[in-house]
Amino acid sequence: MTPRSDRDGAAIEGPRAAPERAPALSVDRLRAYYMTHYFGVEREVRAVDDISLVVNRNEIYGLAGESSSGKTTFLKTIAAAIRPPLTVIGGDVRYSFLDRDIYALSPAELSAIRWKHLSYITQGSMNVLNPVRRVRQSFIDFAFRHMNLSRRAFFPAVERHLQQLHLAANVLDAYPHELSGGMKQRVTIALATICRPEFIIADEPTTALDVIVQKDVLAMIRNAQQAIGSSILFVTHDMTVHANIADRLGVMYAGRLVEEAPTADIFHKPMHPYTAHLVGSLPKIGETARQEALSGSPPNLADPPAGCRFHPRCPLAMDICRQASPALTTLAPGRRVACYAASPLVQASEPAESAPDAALRTRTAGARR
Amino acid sequence: MSGELLEVDHVTKSFAIGGLFGRGRFNAVDDVSFTLHANNPEILAIIGESGSGKTTLARMVLNASQPTSGAIRFRGEPLRQARGRRRRLEFIRQIQPILQNPYEAFNPLKRVDRYLYASAAHLAGARSQKARDEAADAALQKVGLSLAEVKGRFPHELSGGQLQRAAIARALISSPSLIVADEPVSMVDASLRMSIVSLFRRLHDDLKVSILYITHDLATAYTISDRVIIMQKGKVVETGPAREVLTHPQHPYSKLLKESVLSPDDVGKGRLTAERVGAAPEQAQTGK
Repeated sequence: MTPRSDRDGAAIEGPRAAPERAPALSVDRLRAYYMTHYFGVEREVRAVDDISLVVNRNEIYGLAGESSSGKTTFLKTIAAAIRPPLTVIGGDVRYSFLDRDIYALSPAELSAIRWKHLSYITQGSMNVLNPVRRVRQSFIDFAFRHMNLSRRAFFPAVERHLQQLHLAANVLDAYPHELSGGMKQRVTIALATICRPEFIIADEPTTALDVIVQKDVLAMIRNAQQAIGSSILFVTHDMTVHANIADRLGVMYAGRLVEEAPTADIFHKPMHPYTAHLVGSLPKIGETARQEALSGSPPNLADPPAGCRFHPRCPLAMDICRQASPALTTLAPGRRVACYAASPLVQASEPAESAPDAALRTRTAGARR
Repeated sequence: MSGELLEVDHVTKSFAIGGLFGRGRFNAVDDVSFTLHANNPEILAIIGESGSGKTTLARMVLNASQPTSGAIRFRGEPLRQARGRRRRLEFIRQIQPILQNPYEAFNPLKRVDRYLYASAAHLAGARSQKARDEAADAALQKVGLSLAEVKGRFPHELSGGQLQRAAIARALISSPSLIVADEPVSMVDASLRMSIVSLFRRLHDDLKVSILYITHDLATAYTISDRVIIMQKGKVVETGPAREVLTHPQHPYSKLLKESVLSPDDVGKGRLTAERVGAAPEQAQTGK
């Protein structure tokens, strides 16, 4: 596989005006909270708090972080799959195939772009495949109306596509429970890629698979991505998977993006102490040294700690970390870090605007399906 | 006590497959033998991909299902004879399971401490509430938790790592001599995985408990286990000391397993070649 360094540094903060140079996805100061009020008690869980990132065309962007760091909420938010109590408080999500913010779309327009331009590989493939319908039906449900093919032409096209993922045509007549985990996952990859979407969201697609199948599935995701030239936002907590598939990597902690860099830089010189811990705690064949676990547990996002959200567990915590939240600062082209200890250039972030205004709420309500 | 702790002797487990026509037998575990010695507690890792019969083997060791042929003996006594309440309790006291997903192992509507108290009452003979508290707290201390952190909490109120450690603590209450851990870290975050795995090593070192560690993760198996058994399609294909087998695997399947482990050393190179694809496309087993 050829190195992709040529694309890595290019146009990360490219001009948004020229549409053909625009990144596949740009997210600007996105905030999405779970707003609940039970028995008169209002709670907001800040699962996605002020995230800005750019995914370039034809790139695999990896997003890492532990459970409850807001990864899946972020994916739901950028896919406009928002249901109460999840509410988008502020921010923009723009795709290259759309001329406006995704939240400005009507439900009909959203369903027209889903699977055709924007598709989703979910964690448990059983969540996508209906257990009481044959796989053939799932293909009709998801892809038929987007492909503009007659029924006679549609199934040969599906079979050719399955062939590329090394699945035989008789998979179409099987029920999901008749397929192994790896085959089911490949069927969902086939569903997600058959319309050649510009953007694919992959939420822990290999977590439930064993090592051999995992490697096959990763190779197929990579090949499919290169064949159709789409961008993938790839989410998993497994850093070794990221090492092997992602071009660039963002690390999330407690609803915030804390570091972003090309994958090799993250592994060779991590700058944020949390990233350093993630990279340092990987088990390797040939090493038996015992690794220290981080003390404490991830913060409660309904009541996150003041200042940097990592400071209660951070070995490098200073006074300033307890007072003000560090901004995600660009330290080198393509390299952003939110840690005071990483560089004196890192400043406190400007506080996001306070109360959610009513206009934003109604806007997200309109985008809901 | 000397001699064998656990003796798995040419064990086979087969299931019937197919419908009315073309019925067949499928050997999930095929002629597997191994022994754990009582005076030399060790961590034995059983490694294999999905469908290689690891969990079926674990279920037979836990006496949750019976082998089709062969015998499993615990301290010289065949498991088939562990019948009746008293003998079963005695057996359960000695062998304790830890399951894959702690959120599935605990009932979400029950408080976690109830499990600890029930284990203390039935397996450790703690009659009074005070004795149950003490037994639960002592076990939780061994895994780095305390009763104050767990008491009155429901499973969803604890993080995955905490809950899995609570499950390990529950298994420790009866001071077992063998723990069967079926993929204990595959549902746990990568950042917590190593802390749980190191905990197993520490329990083995401090409490002299034997651990049957079932996993598909070669890297953690290398880190903690003394001996490994590699299984493929129900058969043992390779066995030996962990470091030796995993550094220089001999059997082609072991080599494939080792090569499939993604290494962070390959960062950015994207060395992703599918090993087994490229040949015939995979067929669905539709039973037709």
